[in-house]
Amino acid sequence: MKFGVGQPVPRLEDPRLITGSGRFTDDVNLPDQLYMAIARSPYPHGSIASIDTDAAEAAAGVVAVYTAADIESLGGMPCRAVLKDRQGNPCFIPKRPLLAEGRVRFVGEPVAAVVARTRTEARDAAELVLLEVEDLPAVVDLNAAAAAEATVLHEAHGSNLAIHYENGDEAAWEAAAAAAAHRVQVSLVNNRVAPSPLEPRAAVGHYANGTFTLYNPSQGAFAQQGVLARAIFDEPLESIRVISGETGGGFGIRGEVHPEAALTLFASRALGAPVKWHGDRSEMFLSDSHGRDNLTRADLALDESGRALGVRIETLANLGAYCSAVGPFVPTMAGGRVVGTVYRLPALYHSVRCLYTNTMPVAAYRGAGRPEACYVMERLMDEAARQLGIGRDEIRRRNFIPSSAMPFVNHSGVSISSGEFEATMDLALERADWAGFERRRRRSEGLGRLRGIGLGYYVESSGGGPEEEARVRIHPDGSAEVIVGTYSHGQGHETAFAQILSDTFGIEFDKIRFIQGDTAFVKFGGGTGGSRSSQMGGIAVKRAGEGVIEQGRAVAAELLQSEPGRVTYEAAVYRLDDASAQVSLADVARAAETAQFGGEGLAETHRYDRGAGTYTFPNGAHVAEVEIDPDTGVLHICRYTAVDDCGRVINPLLAAGQVHGGVVQGLGQALLENVVYDTDGQLLTGSFLDYAMPFADAMPDVDVSFNEVLDPNNELGVKGIGEGGACGAPPALVNAALHALASRGVTAIDMPLTPEKLWRAANGLSLQERAG
Amino acid sequence: MNGVQVSTTVNGDVEEFVCHPGETLLEVLRNRLGLTGAKEGCGTGDCGACSVIVDGQLVCSCLVLGAEVEGRKVATVEGLADGNRLHPLQDKFLEHAALQCGICTPGFLVAAKALLDDNPDPTEEEIRYALAGNLCRCTGYDKIVRAVDAAAAELRKSSKKKASGRKK
Ligand code: FES
Ligand code: FES
Repeated sequence: MKFGVGQPVPRLEDPRLITGSGRFTDDVNLPDQLYMAIARSPYPHGSIASIDTDAAEAAAGVVAVYTAADIESLGGMPCRAVLKDRQGNPCFIPKRPLLAEGRVRFVGEPVAAVVARTRTEARDAAELVLLEVEDLPAVVDLNAAAAAEATVLHEAHGSNLAIHYENGDEAAWEAAAAAAAHRVQVSLVNNRVAPSPLEPRAAVGHYANGTFTLYNPSQGAFAQQGVLARAIFDEPLESIRVISGETGGGFGIRGEVHPEAALTLFASRALGAPVKWHGDRSEMFLSDSHGRDNLTRADLALDESGRALGVRIETLANLGAYCSAVGPFVPTMAGGRVVGTVYRLPALYHSVRCLYTNTMPVAAYRGAGRPEACYVMERLMDEAARQLGIGRDEIRRRNFIPSSAMPFVNHSGVSISSGEFEATMDLALERADWAGFERRRRRSEGLGRLRGIGLGYYVESSGGGPEEEARVRIHPDGSAEVIVGTYSHGQGHETAFAQILSDTFGIEFDKIRFIQGDTAFVKFGGGTGGSRSSQMGGIAVKRAGEGVIEQGRAVAAELLQSEPGRVTYEAAVYRLDDASAQVSLADVARAAETAQFGGEGLAETHRYDRGAGTYTFPNGAHVAEVEIDPDTGVLHICRYTAVDDCGRVINPLLAAGQVHGGVVQGLGQALLENVVYDTDGQLLTGSFLDYAMPFADAMPDVDVSFNEVLDPNNELGVKGIGEGGACGAPPALVNAALHALASRGVTAIDMPLTPEKLWRAANGLSLQERAG
Repeated sequence: MNGVQVSTTVNGDVEEFVCHPGETLLEVLRNRLGLTGAKEGCGTGDCGACSVIVDGQLVCSCLVLGAEVEGRKVATVEGLADGNRLHPLQDKFLEHAALQCGICTPGFLVAAKALLDDNPDPTEEEIRYALAGNLCRCTGYDKIVRAVDAAAAELRKSSKKKASGRKK
């Protein structure tokens, strides 16, 4: 089948996007709409003495100004994470108000919403809102937040610790450590990043005839509808319709409901007109949820031959000022499911302290916890190889969980179902010509440059929420319509799901219509995140399609005056098994709409339940080769090789695109990106000039290939591909840079590897000098 | 409103509009002329999502005032295709799946058009350098670079054909 699973089919969604006719939220304009702007706190921490809105209210064009006092009827933004510590105490989750209540806790926190006739008028008036606070000391640094004498952000709680999460067995670790021939320690920074999808957040809220309609970029409209209806407005689900047209990138942040979207709906109801908000880029840096931000100390115990006996991983994780929807889940359970990653570790102890600081809340960012977990193990492995004098590939070989041991239950009780870690690594080493590195290093040396090569192996546990729903209908003209709860914001589901249906039904690709992102049609769905769409949505789509074929078989049997058991189906035609008669899928669909067959038509809704606690395990080996100019500190990525096992590849074109994108985001984090708050809590990286994202000129060609090891637990054999690149690239790059710098005696360096840092490292200068 | 009356050419059509003196070309295109292909990714000239061509010159329309295009020729992504016939760049973007979310795509297409108008046979390095004013958060640039390279080859083939056709 030309357009079926496994084919590099071009994307169905592209024609509108390449002609400039895609409809993103900022392209939506409703008649008589008003514009909203947000007045934000310039203070990192303070109790609110007063908010004076008089001048703003009197400004030209202003229709209304709202502060917390005006929206008392609305709930706060909920946190979905359910976590308990070992003593059974729940994670402390304070209320996160839409507009600051009583205190401001980070720079950029919304304080007032101003609605005016034009965007300019609204923004000008927002600057006239006068916020007066009694300053409180800002808590920015993680170690400072954990200190006993720290200023407490949420007074009622008494400390900044939201939860101390623990997993594994500390006593077993102590015993392993005592018996070890070698101990290897690393101290790591997983830097804070700004996810920065290129489309700034926007929202158009419209309340009419008792119904709220929200146009809003998202990773799944259904989830947004639930949060708005239940947690914020306390209204029935049906009274809120969420429409996500085109969405300009997600990467985790669009799984969150941000306050501005809810405020447009509130204002629209109060004012009787549609209300539009469109944030600018600086606002996005201040108020889009951030990612990562961990400090980790890890300790690996090994025997004489370099086999791991145990590991201890202790992390301080920054939640920001409040819990995002997934806040404390990310550094604990999300990453914790694959703690220890692909290695056999007889003993393990994992401790994470989640802390509040006066910074923007942290949420999921591509990989959400898994890249952090992989970074720790990959740095440990390289450091162990260095200290023990064993090859970096060899030490991994000695410690990989072998395929023969799978399913392998790890220390989190998660069963890793499949993977060929050693074979996948070997493929990557071969494609990267790992063996030929020395020759290339000498050539670089001749030019005065330091060359290094590094490896990063990752595993993910993906799939997200265990349920997903799809509805497939065959129309009387033989075309198919599919509605899913996952949400494509660039992944190309429209294409991938059509490929699956095209396979299932044997019908033409262009006869399949795809509906997503509008709660008027999508009645259930977990959205997209955690690389879950192909495995969750894909299977729901396939099973719904198969259900339709079965329904049709019964109808066809009657039309052919036979038994369903005698009717076969192939390529949109039902036939009797002796080929004496046949009826087309279209005819069956038409018949199914008549009263004789109940009039319901040929349609099936399937809710796929993967089973709670089960995941798939995309994994892969990434190799980066770099050259550093010691005179300038500039790092050049000479070569990048990715071999991923994402299970069955549905569309190689789309899968490779996911790898490219993930790798470049991972390289961005490793090389350039860093959200910086100064010690007073002011954000220093508020534009693309201060926050460096990778451009085309600094990024390498990525050699992408796959080692398809089918997932044994789902019939498509898929595992997911969205996040692997972001997991594999940071350790591959940092390990390569440290390999290059080894001749200069450098054994540790923290992301991002800016030229200044590399230059200092290469020239024996202190890395700390500029800090603060 | 203290409007400025502007007369200009957009994608070959004469356009007249009145705008505020402080209004950017990006705002004019999107809000007054209904051409929403150019996007606002930053508003500060750092991302290229708003790229258009003014008198043959690639510019960030968020940094140009609407009033400045008086008497000039503006080309946007909407004018790239010839009726229903896609421009080779658009064809190659499709074929190579050079876009994911698509928000950056109009800017890349316009920037690539400006490059190929100037340099019909760019090296990979030249392509990457020429596109280094455009941010894409989704694709990692790989497929974009390949698509532009393929489009350049395609355009060279067809211009050669045209040239040899003329000779006969
Ligand atoms: S919007 Fe003009 S450069 Fe970003
Ligand atoms: S395709 Fe999403 S930003 Fe480029």
